[in-house]
Amino acid sequence: MSRNLPDEQRIVITGIGLTAPNGDTLAEYRQALLDGKSGVVKFETRYMGELLAGVCNYDELKYQKKKELRRGTRAGSIGIYCSQEAVADSGLDWAAVEKARVGVYIGVTEHGNVETENEVYNISKYGYDTKFWSHHHNPRTVANNPAGEVTLNMGITGPHYTIGAACAAGNMGVIQGVQMLRLGEVDLALAGGVSESIHTFGIFASFNSEGALARHADPAKASRPFDRNRNGIVCSEGGCVYVLERLPDALKRGAKIVAEIAGYAINSDAYDYILPEPVRQAEAMRLALQRAGMEPQDVDLLSSHATATQLGDIQEVKAIREVFAGHDKLKINNTKSYIGHTMGAAGVLELTGNLPSLEDGLIHPTINLDDPDPECELPGLVANRPEQVERVDVIMNNSFGMLGINSVLVVKRFEK
Amino acid sequence: MTSEEVRKSILDIIADIAPDEDLSGIQDEVKLRDQFDLDSMDFLDIVMELRKRFNLEVPEADYPQLVTMSSCVEYLTPRLKDHQPVG
Repeated sequence: MSRNLPDEQRIVITGIGLTAPNGDTLAEYRQALLDGKSGVVKFETRYMGELLAGVCNYDELKYQKKKELRRGTRAGSIGIYCSQEAVADSGLDWAAVEKARVGVYIGVTEHGNVETENEVYNISKYGYDTKFWSHHHNPRTVANNPAGEVTLNMGITGPHYTIGAACAAGNMGVIQGVQMLRLGEVDLALAGGVSESIHTFGIFASFNSEGALARHADPAKASRPFDRNRNGIVCSEGGCVYVLERLPDALKRGAKIVAEIAGYAINSDAYDYILPEPVRQAEAMRLALQRAGMEPQDVDLLSSHATATQLGDIQEVKAIREVFAGHDKLKINNTKSYIGHTMGAAGVLELTGNLPSLEDGLIHPTINLDDPDPECELPGLVANRPEQVERVDVIMNNSFGMLGINSVLVVKRFEK
Repeated sequence: MTSEEVRKSILDIIADIAPDEDLSGIQDEVKLRDQFDLDSMDFLDIVMELRKRFNLEVPEADYPQLVTMSSCVEYLTPRLKDHQPVG
């Protein structure tokens, strides 16, 4: 079913580090997903009072000094935690790794808003006198900050890229890592995505003005993709980074191979600033399959992007229905229903929650689907309780973003 | 503030800027940079905190006056004599 690439072009995941609103390791996170445990809580936001958000509780001091935390950004800190955890999980002898041959590829939805808002607030306390504006503002807000902080913390001297791609960024970081490994630019990629977005009031305020900010008396019920009573996005922070390697390198060191990247696609809607376009989403899914040498029937599990906006969910469902018409064994789930929208981390974090199903065939459900919207009906949607299937060999992961950017990843169980 | 109060204020600022450091054994005559992990951005933080806490502007030409605790106290005490301790 899949394309025969030379081994040097085959890229595998050999380490995972993550922080999600409901878990700071893959084991914790997966268990929370199987237990239906949400990570959405009440959250105080500057100027806006109490809202809802997915908040992470990883140990910031595990890999950083207090001074690094003070100097840097939340996005940088999340990137560092996830990257360090990924390396620890990979079993690499980090001291022996040639740091000039390591690349860092971190997807973000946005960067710099948090620090800019903080500084504007800060100078408001001093009559808007800009001499009170911090000299740390520029290093905190340059667009390469999150990936750059990872290199500073870990002594990596290879290239670092922060990839801005709205809510498609988590997949994009991984895709960039795959491309650079295939090009031979690096021998090891730390690739994924991060979100610090809950620390900027602007993202909440903008979704609110757009009528797309989720509200619910019970925080755990607020994120409800595909439900008739969905009322918008829960903003969340989070991160997930993979160690990616070319297959021969991974085999040579006897690495534990979690999965192989089978295919990917990135395209643009060229349609609207915020409205998604199902025709292009479907094209992206088909292109990813084509590159993987697969047919829609080869996909066992689709990790959907749906964010619980009225229109967005319907548009993705249209695209899925079209691509997977007649594939009655396809299972579909949605992880935002637990953790909200982790923005730049969403793609890779949601895919990661599903990776253990390659091992155990257990699929975590979409929760909060109390009153399914007929317009979002999908036959294979796993709802409210986990489902055991015979086996999962192939997972597709959708991640779409504003300005019409679509990213799709296809991963498969590794087989020689 | 007295010179002792000025010294305490500077210690408070350094404690905020270098939160990982143990300041209990600080040597007043030794360069701050040689005792603690402080770089030029940290010294700009000291300047910023003096501005914020005491409305005191340290001209760039005077930055070398902030090199040791003793030189800080010597430089700042006359300039902060009309201030009350902060915090």
